Amino acid sequence: MQRHLISAADLSRDDAVLILDTAEEMARVADRPIKKLPTLRGRTVVNLFFEDSTRTRISFEAAEKRLSADVINFTAKGSSVSKGESLKDTAQTLEAMGVDAVVIRHGASGAPYRLANSGWIDAAVINAGDGTHQHPTQALLDAFTMRRRLTGRDAGLGQDLSGRRVTIVGDVLHSRVARSNVDLLHTLGADVTLVAPPTLLPVGVGSWPCEVSYDLDATLPKSDAVMMLRVQRERMNAAFFPTEREYSRRYGLDGDRMARMPEHAIVMHPGPMVRGMEITAEVADSPRCTVVEQVANGVSIRMAVLYLLLGGNEPAVTHARTTEEK
Amino acid sequence: MSKILIRGAKVLGGAPQDVLIDGEIVAEVGDGLNAEGAEVVEAAGKVLLPGLVDLHTHLREPGREDSETVLTGTRAAASGGYTAVFAMANTFPVADTAGVVEQVWRLGKEHGYCDVQPIGAVTVGLEGRKLAELGAMHESAAGVTVFSDDGKCVDDAVIMRRALEYVKAFGGVVAQHAQEPRLTEGAQMNEGVVSAELGLGGWPAVAEESVIARDVLLAEHVGSRVHICHLSTAGSVEIVRWAKSRGIDVTAEVTPHHLLLTDEMVRTYNPVYKVNPPLRTERDVRALREALADGTIDIVATDHAPHPHEDKDCEWAAAAMGMVGLETALSVVQETMVDTGLLDWAGVADRMSFAPARIGRATGHGRPVSAGEPANLTLVDTEYRGQVDPAGFASRSRNTPYEGRELPGRVTHTWLRGKATLVDGKLT
Repeated sequence: MQRHLISAADLSRDDAVLILDTAEEMARVADRPIKKLPTLRGRTVVNLFFEDSTRTRISFEAAEKRLSADVINFTAKGSSVSKGESLKDTAQTLEAMGVDAVVIRHGASGAPYRLANSGWIDAAVINAGDGTHQHPTQALLDAFTMRRRLTGRDAGLGQDLSGRRVTIVGDVLHSRVARSNVDLLHTLGADVTLVAPPTLLPVGVGSWPCEVSYDLDATLPKSDAVMMLRVQRERMNAAFFPTEREYSRRYGLDGDRMARMPEHAIVMHPGPMVRGMEITAEVADSPRCTVVEQVANGVSIRMAVLYLLLGGNEPAVTHARTTEEK
Repeated sequence: MSKILIRGAKVLGGAPQDVLIDGEIVAEVGDGLNAEGAEVVEAAGKVLLPGLVDLHTHLREPGREDSETVLTGTRAAASGGYTAVFAMANTFPVADTAGVVEQVWRLGKEHGYCDVQPIGAVTVGLEGRKLAELGAMHESAAGVTVFSDDGKCVDDAVIMRRALEYVKAFGGVVAQHAQEPRLTEGAQMNEGVVSAELGLGGWPAVAEESVIARDVLLAEHVGSRVHICHLSTAGSVEIVRWAKSRGIDVTAEVTPHHLLLTDEMVRTYNPVYKVNPPLRTERDVRALREALADGTIDIVATDHAPHPHEDKDCEWAAAAMGMVGLETALSVVQETMVDTGLLDWAGVADRMSFAPARIGRATGHGRPVSAGEPANLTLVDTEYRGQVDPAGFASRSRNTPYEGRELPGRVTHTWLRGKATLVDGKLT
C-alpha cells in the first residue's frame, strides 16, 4: 500500500482486493453490540472539507470514530479559508496541531495530489473527492458492493471482479465517481461500458480502458451492474441536453428499462439521487437498487482504508476477548 | 565610450571573425582587427548574434511590482541576451492611454538595460468594447506600433476589424491573443486525453484556431497586417500556412515553452506548468518546431509572465497562468531547434532578432552584424550545458518550468548600443 490514497488508478489489483477483504472484516464490527475498535486510538484524523458534502464527511467520521481515532472536522465555510487563507497554510496549520491523516474534499481537481506531493505536510492524505477528478473510496465501496451482491460475502474474499460487466450511465464529463470507477473496475478485471449523451463524455474518453455507448437500451441486457450517475438539472442550461424530460427518456432508468437487465443484475447510485431525472422512484425503491447498502459499505471501506494507511502491522480486528495494547 | 574588440566569435554561427565596437556602433567586422586602444573580449568558439528582440514580455509595472518591475524585467532581458522587449499592455492601470505607455517607456530608458517598447491596448481596459486611443499612443514619446489586448482575445469581430483597419494609418499592427471565450470558460489545460483523465476543464485547440481563421480572413478583407500571439496548435500552423500562401499579411509567434513542453507535464498538477495558451500535445510541439524552421511561424516570443510565489504554490485551479521565459528562451531554442538540426544560428538570429524587430518596427534593433550598424549584440557560449537554477534569475519571479532541467547554451555578454549590460554572465 502507498502512504496516500489519491486516485483509484494508484491501486494495484492486490491492493484493491486487500482493501475489499479488510472492509469485510470491518463490516463484522458493525454487527457487534459495541461497534468500536481501538486500532487508531491516539491518532488524529482531520476531515478537511472545502466542499459541502454531508454524506461523505459523516461516512468518514463514522469510520474514524469506529477505529477510535480523534476526529477534527474542518469545513471551509466560516473558516480562515473563506477569508483568503491558502490550502497550503490551512494544511500546515492543521499539521502543526499534530494531525496524522488528512481526509480532503476539494472543488479543485488535483488539490489532494498537491497536498500529498508538495512537501507542505507529512500526514497521510486521503482523497474524499476532488473536483471532477477522483473519488477513490467511492469506487472502492462500489466494488465492494458489487462483489458482495454478485459473488457473495464469503465467496468474494480474495476475489476481484473479473468478467463482471458494469455499465455507468450519465454525466461522465463532470463525474469523479465515473473516473474512479473506470480505473478501479478495470484494475479488478471488470468490463466497463459508459453510456451518456456525447455532450456529457469528455473529449479524450477514447483512451480510457472501457467501452463507450450512446444507447442505453442496447447495453442493459449485457450488464451485471448498472450505475446511475446524478445529473444536475442546471446542465440543461449549458446545452448539454435539451430538457430534463428528454434526458430522462433517453438515459433515465425506469421500471421498463430495469426489466431488460438480467435477473441478477443490480442498480447502483452514488447518491444523492435525483428521482424523476436519472432514476424513477420505482427503480430507486426496488430491492435491486443498492443505494442504502452502498452507504453502509462506505463506512466499512473507509475504515479499511484508514486502517491500512495508518494502522501499521497490527491486525485490524482481534477476535480474542478485549484488546490489550502494549 | 571606448572601443571593444570581440575576438574570434562565430558571427551568426559562421566563420570566426573579429568585431570592433566603437562607441554605439559596430565599426568593423573582419579578420585580425587591430586591438589597440580596445578592451578585448575573447570569444573563440562562441556565437555572436544580433541583440535579441522579444515581441511579447510582461513587465508588470505599473501595478504588480511584487512580481516584476521594468528594472528587474529588463535586467532579466539583458541576462537572456535581449536588447529590446515589447511590454504587454495588461498592467494596472492598463496601458491604454498615452500616459501609461510613456511611463513604461521612460522607465526602460532610465534603467538602461534594454530598450522597452510598450505595447498599447487595443480596447479600453482590455474589455473588448471600445477602441483605446491608438493614435495618441502611437504619437506619444513611446511611439507605440504594436497593439494587443493580450491575456484577452479581441473577440468581437467588428472591433477586431476596426482595429485592423484603424492602425493602417500609422503602420501599426494588432497582435491577437486568439482564444474564443465561450469555448474556454473555466478552461484549465489543453482539452484531450490528459484533461479527460485529470478532470481539469479543457481549452480546446479549436478555440484558438477558429479565431485565427477569422482574423486572417479579416486582415485579408481590409488589407491589414495581423500578428498572432503564441501559436500553440498544429491546426493553427496549418491556418497560418494557408493564409500566407494566399498572400495575407500575417505573422506569428511561438513561445519557447510550446516548443519543448507538453500537457503530459500537467499530470503533476504543479501549477508551474499552467500557462495560457496551455501546453499542448507532442504532435503540436512537432508541428510548431517544423513551422518555425520553415518560416510559417516568424518568430520566437517569450510571453515572459512573472508571478509571485504564492500564486503558483497552491492547487492548480487557483494558480495564475504563465511562466517566466526571458532568461531561458535562447537555451530552449538551442535545445529544440539548433541541436536538433532544424535551424542554424543565422536562422535563430532571424527568428529572435531580425523578424521580431521588423514586425514591431523596433528601430535600431534586429540589424545585421556589420560596419555602421548599432552595436546591439549578444554573445553565446553554445558549448555550455547546465541545470536551470531559478535562484540565479534576475527576474523578480521564479515561476520557471525548467527548474533543475539541463539545457544547453548560456549568454555571456550583451551589448546595448555598445554599452555592456551583461559581462561574463553577470549584469553590469
